Amino acid sequence: MYGRKDLLGLRDLSSDEIMTILNTAKEMKEKIDNPSLRTNDLSKSSIVTLFYENSTRTKMSFMLAGEYQGAIVKDLGVSTSSVSKGESLIDTGMTLDQMGTNIMIIRHQLTGAAHILAGNVKASVINAGDGSNEHPTQALLDLYTIMERKGGFKGLKVVILGDISHSRVARSNAFGLTKLGAQVTLAGPSTLVSSSMQSLGVKVSTDIAGAIHDADVVMGLRIQFERQRNMPFPNLREYSSLFGVNDEILKYAKKDVLVMHPGPVNRGVELSTEVIDGKHSVISIQVKNGVAVRMAILKLLSERSKREV
Amino acid sequence: MGSILIKGGRLVDPKNNVDAVRDIYVSDGVIADIGESIEKTADRVIDAGGLVVMPGLIDLHVHFREPGFEKKETIATGSRAGAMGGFTTVCTMPNTSPVTDNAIMIEYALSPKRDAVINVLPIGAITRGQQSEELADIGQMARAGACALSEDGKSVSDPALMKNAMRYSKMFGLPIFDHCEEISLAKGSMNAGDRASILGLKGIGDDSEEIIVSRDIILAKATGCRLHICHISTEGSIEQVRNAKMHGLPVTAEATPHHFTLCDEDITDYDSNYKMNPPLRSRKNMEAVRQALKDNTIEVIATDHAPHHVDEKNCEFEKAANGIIGLETSFALSYTELVESGLISLDEMLMKMTAKPAEILGIDKGQLSVGSAADIAIADIDHVYAIDVDKMVSKAKNTPFGGREVKGKILYTVCGGEIIVDNGKLTR
Repeated sequence: MYGRKDLLGLRDLSSDEIMTILNTAKEMKEKIDNPSLRTNDLSKSSIVTLFYENSTRTKMSFMLAGEYQGAIVKDLGVSTSSVSKGESLIDTGMTLDQMGTNIMIIRHQLTGAAHILAGNVKASVINAGDGSNEHPTQALLDLYTIMERKGGFKGLKVVILGDISHSRVARSNAFGLTKLGAQVTLAGPSTLVSSSMQSLGVKVSTDIAGAIHDADVVMGLRIQFERQRNMPFPNLREYSSLFGVNDEILKYAKKDVLVMHPGPVNRGVELSTEVIDGKHSVISIQVKNGVAVRMAILKLLSERSKREV
Repeated sequence: MGSILIKGGRLVDPKNNVDAVRDIYVSDGVIADIGESIEKTADRVIDAGGLVVMPGLIDLHVHFREPGFEKKETIATGSRAGAMGGFTTVCTMPNTSPVTDNAIMIEYALSPKRDAVINVLPIGAITRGQQSEELADIGQMARAGACALSEDGKSVSDPALMKNAMRYSKMFGLPIFDHCEEISLAKGSMNAGDRASILGLKGIGDDSEEIIVSRDIILAKATGCRLHICHISTEGSIEQVRNAKMHGLPVTAEATPHHFTLCDEDITDYDSNYKMNPPLRSRKNMEAVRQALKDNTIEVIATDHAPHHVDEKNCEFEKAANGIIGLETSFALSYTELVESGLISLDEMLMKMTAKPAEILGIDKGQLSVGSAADIAIADIDHVYAIDVDKMVSKAKNTPFGGREVKGKILYTVCGGEIIVDNGKLTR
């Protein structure tokens, strides 16, 4: 059961709510490959994407997830809209609300942007990434991929590597995985992994090989050059040799380890090309599962708004 | 100007070491008589039985935004908010637009046209335009009536320029009110720590404040300039001030009610009324501020009254303006948090809000003495109520304290012998 108006982050969700979304996604997945199974469940829903930051896969994945269920899906080109004239986020939201938008999907460079939008509009709001806070749908698709491959979460050892401090993906995954019973380690250079992240109920490590030891899942994160102010490590060569994952390092993990990455990947930086394209990698499966999970979320939110009417 | 007889109140005057039931007779704007029972006719008699009569409060740190940001606050509205809070003297920070960095701007703030209802003393900027490039017109501002110098909102980034400013301002007897913040270490929107990690907000460490506190105490030692640390917020800063005072350096510090009442754990969502600079710190730092108020390392309570328009607060947390209003809640929060809690006495609290700030400014205020200006506040310290933001007279409403239950209410404020707040209501 998912009874909330919005999906803002995994921090506030219960494990039951997370499992509701994952189980709904299971029903959705077959509709991606088999168009004859697609429905018009969302034909009465209008969806607007509002992306203040660039995105390929998240935005496209959301738009297709809506269209595969018959929804009206529009993208507000932020750079060509009134936003570029200085309109405030709240004013933009209220304008879209008046036009009858049922679901707004927002990505924003500032933490808490989705929350403030949600508090000011009648429409359901989905957070597609806010600042360095959360990216709940990415984490949900990661959770779905892990569940599909591993059957569950209890006792799984999951290592998230790399640019943790700027990563909303790491944070949403940490919230979600710990709620579902996995053990999470965040690992990377000390300038990118703060020890205060332990307050999320995870381990923090700067020893990559040690962290990967016996891991069930290894998740690489992209070094976000666009968010770095002071270079947190000397150069990419040093980073990849000390903190990157290659076949050698991966030997420390369990034999059936899953290698994941939210994309886009810096090949040869956080993960070597052999690892990205290797037998453990489920990176391309994550992309497909992303559509399924987003279909599930749109369906659950639209069912709720139907009940309200 | 008529006469006022304040009868039967409990006089608490730290400067004169008085805490006793006394009558006060005010005539021609000054305190004409203080006695156990004064039988004189007056144009107005205030029955202060059961109430506390104290020197009008002094706030070393407010922002009245005029000129430049009149939609947030003006000297007229800010001074009225001050009066409602029991303040009769406030010092306004120079981060106006244009910046208060020359004598004309000081005269502008002091002009009767600003319609201040209490004493508003402008502070001059340390550098021209607060740009940390050249000194502001320090001597001319001193002559025009500036009460202090400050770069509030930021620090003078160049240590050599800061040292020169301190050597130069000492000549005019102007203290420096020091906003301590190393900007390269302060790229965040709340305190660094567990709560910032949970909320996904970039954090500001204690080091951003402590590194400048340290630098400027060293410069105070080198120059002999009077240094007053603004809105001190960390244990490390407090230790440095304690150490400086132990060595006899001319260093004092102030704390704000929000830094001794709230900590970063109080930030549970993205309510920008909890966003300030310095940020609400860890619980440990908040406790250190309270202990330093008790052991008198922190000698002054100041509000950092920072009004902002609703549009500047009702937005993304990281984009929202820093600061909260404080004049109308300072007395009640200080009384509730510090005196009612048993941490310090009412006399000690009022010392930090009257006599000590007057001493730092070098002005003959903050006391109830025969012959001194009749700046008086009267409070009901037993009155318990919930803070009502809608009833505030400041133009701005940005405070996290709405609905909070407090004890202690200002009923009368008399400034220069004129009743500005009469039984809780403004007279003009």
